[in-house]
Amino acid sequence: MSSNYDRYQRQIQLKEIGLVGQEKMGQAKVLVIGAGGLGCPALQYLAAAGVGTIGIVDFDVVELSNLQRQILYNVGDIGQSKAITTAKKLEALNPEIKIETYNLQITNKNALEILENYDIIIDGSDNFATRYLINDACVILDKPLVYGAVLRFEGQIGVFNLEDTTTHIKTNYRDLFPKAPDSATAISCNEVGVLGVIPGIIGTMQATEALKIITGVGKPLANKIISYNALENSFYDFEIIANSNQSIDFPKNKKDFLDYNYEWNCNSNSVVESLSAEEFDRLRTKEEITIIDVREKGELPEVDEFPFTLIPLSEFENLIETIPNENKIVVFCKSGQRSAKAIKIVKEKYPNCQAFSLKGGIDEWKIKN
Amino acid sequence: MEINLLAFGQIAEITGKSTWKISGVKDINSLIKELEEEFPALVKMKYSIALNKKVIQENTIITDKDTIALLPPFSGG
Repeated sequence: MSSNYDRYQRQIQLKEIGLVGQEKMGQAKVLVIGAGGLGCPALQYLAAAGVGTIGIVDFDVVELSNLQRQILYNVGDIGQSKAITTAKKLEALNPEIKIETYNLQITNKNALEILENYDIIIDGSDNFATRYLINDACVILDKPLVYGAVLRFEGQIGVFNLEDTTTHIKTNYRDLFPKAPDSATAISCNEVGVLGVIPGIIGTMQATEALKIITGVGKPLANKIISYNALENSFYDFEIIANSNQSIDFPKNKKDFLDYNYEWNCNSNSVVESLSAEEFDRLRTKEEITIIDVREKGELPEVDEFPFTLIPLSEFENLIETIPNENKIVVFCKSGQRSAKAIKIVKEKYPNCQAFSLKGGIDEWKIKN
Repeated sequence: MEINLLAFGQIAEITGKSTWKISGVKDINSLIKELEEEFPALVKMKYSIALNKKVIQENTIITDKDTIALLPPFSGG
């Protein structure tokens, strides 16, 4: 510590932090998911403060349109991996700390093994599927989650899954928003924009909350969410209570988490267009969906385990108008190839429709059932 | 009886204002019904409702001078 005293002198001077608090920061492990508008400032301040181990998850590359708010990057970084570029910059800022780089997309298959190595998780992601995934993983692993989100001139910040020391209550994102909004009504910064300083403010607040949790100084935003509006210069806080509605479907243990399809359940518009047999079974028992068989008449095996409509691929384009598109659609065939073609046709006709192909077809589904 | 309404994010865009007052609603359910009649786009929106800064999940009686806030989720980062 003595060699670093000069570096951290200004915060060691704070009597609430001191050498003990600095030592706690040095031992802390913080994971930042998303090295974008929120992640850049959060990462910089955490590294500068001397958080001993910092993990960075991002699969994206730097683009020109990022530079307006993602302040770790410059023109020379365009086209480079965000995770790797960030790691280099943080190492230059503070060589005393350890940086772990995850140049990948966080999914339900890799999240638990990455998150379990850290004490605190910071959500700097930019889509609902990832946000619900991170939230559920933190609940399952019992990790505090520092949440932040931005849109236009507004931002939200909160701390989830951290027990309030006086009330002993612990809440999470699903207590506030049990389910993701439909993709048709949910808008993103890509569509409506965001003032660059907004993620700067919210990301910096996220770093502040992480440092408060690490050092035990002050009162973290547990069970609360603050909404900031830059145009009104207003902060409004919401106290979250545990949601008593037990019917909300979300994974509560590691096995359920691995089987859960976040793209589907969070109404993502992403490229994921197929479902495994297990995901399909889970979904058809949870909600009303339209199931279509695109095999030709009389093909085997026969299916009597669930209701479906037969529309052979050869007639699919002519009959597409007859398919109800209010519900999510799952299309199956023998092996999954024709259903994948049918999905393309559905998506062309109904771009906002949630349509999925059964991976491996009915053959694989029969083996697993 | 008069209550204060606060709207955030997309909800404020739909209602066209972020703060206003209304009167004559007795509970949260009748408030939602009235808002949805005035702003049909709200029907499809998901949002949290806070009564005097506390998020509520059930129908609750509204009293004079209460403040009700409508907070939608954002996903931007």
